[in-house]
Amino acid sequence: MSAEEIDRTLQRLAHEIVEKSGGTKHLALIGIVRRGVPLAQRIAQAMRGIDGVDVPVGVLDITLYRDDLSKVAPQAVLRSSDIPFGVDNMDLVLVDDVLYTGRTIRAAMNGIFDLGRPKRVRLCVLIDRGHREMPIEAQYTGRQVQTSDTEIIEVRLREIDKEERVVLVDRVE
Amino acid sequence: MTYRFRDLLALEPLTADELRFLLDQSKPFQEIQKHPLKKLATLRGKTVALAFFENSTRTRISFGTAASRLGADTMNLQAEASSIKKGETLLDTAFNLSAMKPDCFVMRHSASGAADYVARHLDVPVVNAGDGTHEHPSQGLLDALTIRDRLGTIENLNVTILGDILHSRVARSNIHLLGKFGCKFTLCGPSIWVPRELEKIAPGVPIRCVYKMEEALEGAHVIIMLRVQTERLNDPPLSANDYILLYQLDAERLKRAHRDAIVLHPGPINRGIEITPDVADGPQSCVLEQVTNGVAVRMAILYLVIAGATESGTHPALEAKPKESANATD
Repeated sequence: MSAEEIDRTLQRLAHEIVEKSGGTKHLALIGIVRRGVPLAQRIAQAMRGIDGVDVPVGVLDITLYRDDLSKVAPQAVLRSSDIPFGVDNMDLVLVDDVLYTGRTIRAAMNGIFDLGRPKRVRLCVLIDRGHREMPIEAQYTGRQVQTSDTEIIEVRLREIDKEERVVLVDRVE
Repeated sequence: MTYRFRDLLALEPLTADELRFLLDQSKPFQEIQKHPLKKLATLRGKTVALAFFENSTRTRISFGTAASRLGADTMNLQAEASSIKKGETLLDTAFNLSAMKPDCFVMRHSASGAADYVARHLDVPVVNAGDGTHEHPSQGLLDALTIRDRLGTIENLNVTILGDILHSRVARSNIHLLGKFGCKFTLCGPSIWVPRELEKIAPGVPIRCVYKMEEALEGAHVIIMLRVQTERLNDPPLSANDYILLYQLDAERLKRAHRDAIVLHPGPINRGIEITPDVADGPQSCVLEQVTNGVAVRMAILYLVIAGATESGTHPALEAKPKESANATD
């Protein structure tokens, strides 16, 4: 996926979310650290272009909610979460770069529910690569990609990686 | 950036980068203190042994709260009601608690070096919650976090520490942490508590001992009060009245410090002895923020040593021994 394709996809996702939300009064986006965060900010930016909808954006680090702490590489470094609005009765859209096993989203929902009781939670991802291990699906998907589990989807975003593209690479053992 | 050690025994051997890392890792836990639902499941199924061979209320409750907010269980040993009174040795008590399979051993002891000694014999991470007059690492970290939040930096500050410095592990941890960030220290109190030798405890860190409080406060950005152990006041003969006259922090004296100076106190406070109520409760006081930050810092410490435990990491004390030094870190 090229920079232009990413951009066009995010524009489309922004339109879809606004269209399907039935009002944007309680709508808020929550970007999952790390690459979900710039994606959520860009979708919010795109929404401003559609009849000036101003949607708050929160940041959520799911490290503390993972189910594999003892198995991951030593010292999963924590990053700050920042959700500057109450989530009670909000219409939330979680935003992440890649949907894979679904475990990240499971963890994110635990994190969200520690903050309150949203009215609805939906999921928006740039890439859905399959191989789910949880009963979780995205309502808004940028692109579905067939992958084998020896492959890695690399999402590179200019805010973090200084370049912009999505590529499918082989896992280096 | 990672943390090299299995244990947290002292701040002295840590680098500025490692200390900054520990402070940064505390930030997410500060946010959790503001959540309506503060309990995580991160350390569910893990057990933290709280072995307080010396009495403590605040630190024990703070570590206990930190453990339970991370979802861990605790086992408690309190000096008053324990087998120490029946003559069991420190190591025997540690082995017995350890035989109940905790994942981390938090301990306080009246002897300097006790945590280090126990760490050499246990195969779980040991966190020093205060050992004699040596160090109190979690207090040093929570003080630094409080200062950084209030002043925006912990670099190149003038730090004045007041009171019984000689017996204070809090003062030592503060000096070893803030000293690595270019802070300058002024130590002040009755001369018997502030011997000149203290100027040399952290090589390379500018420390001066001053015996006039007015002089010590001049230009201070941070004032760290220590508790006057009233039981010690009459040990070097000094009456409470004399202490108040010479060393009590009141609003008038505080004016000599920097305009935006902040006042810290590890507690418990003796109101009307080392500090007046109007200062303790005033806008420059950070006393209660310190307590709140204490839970966040201790959550970060427990998370790091339990969830982030490195396979081959060893504690700083062992590093010094030539035999292990070849593969002591990473």
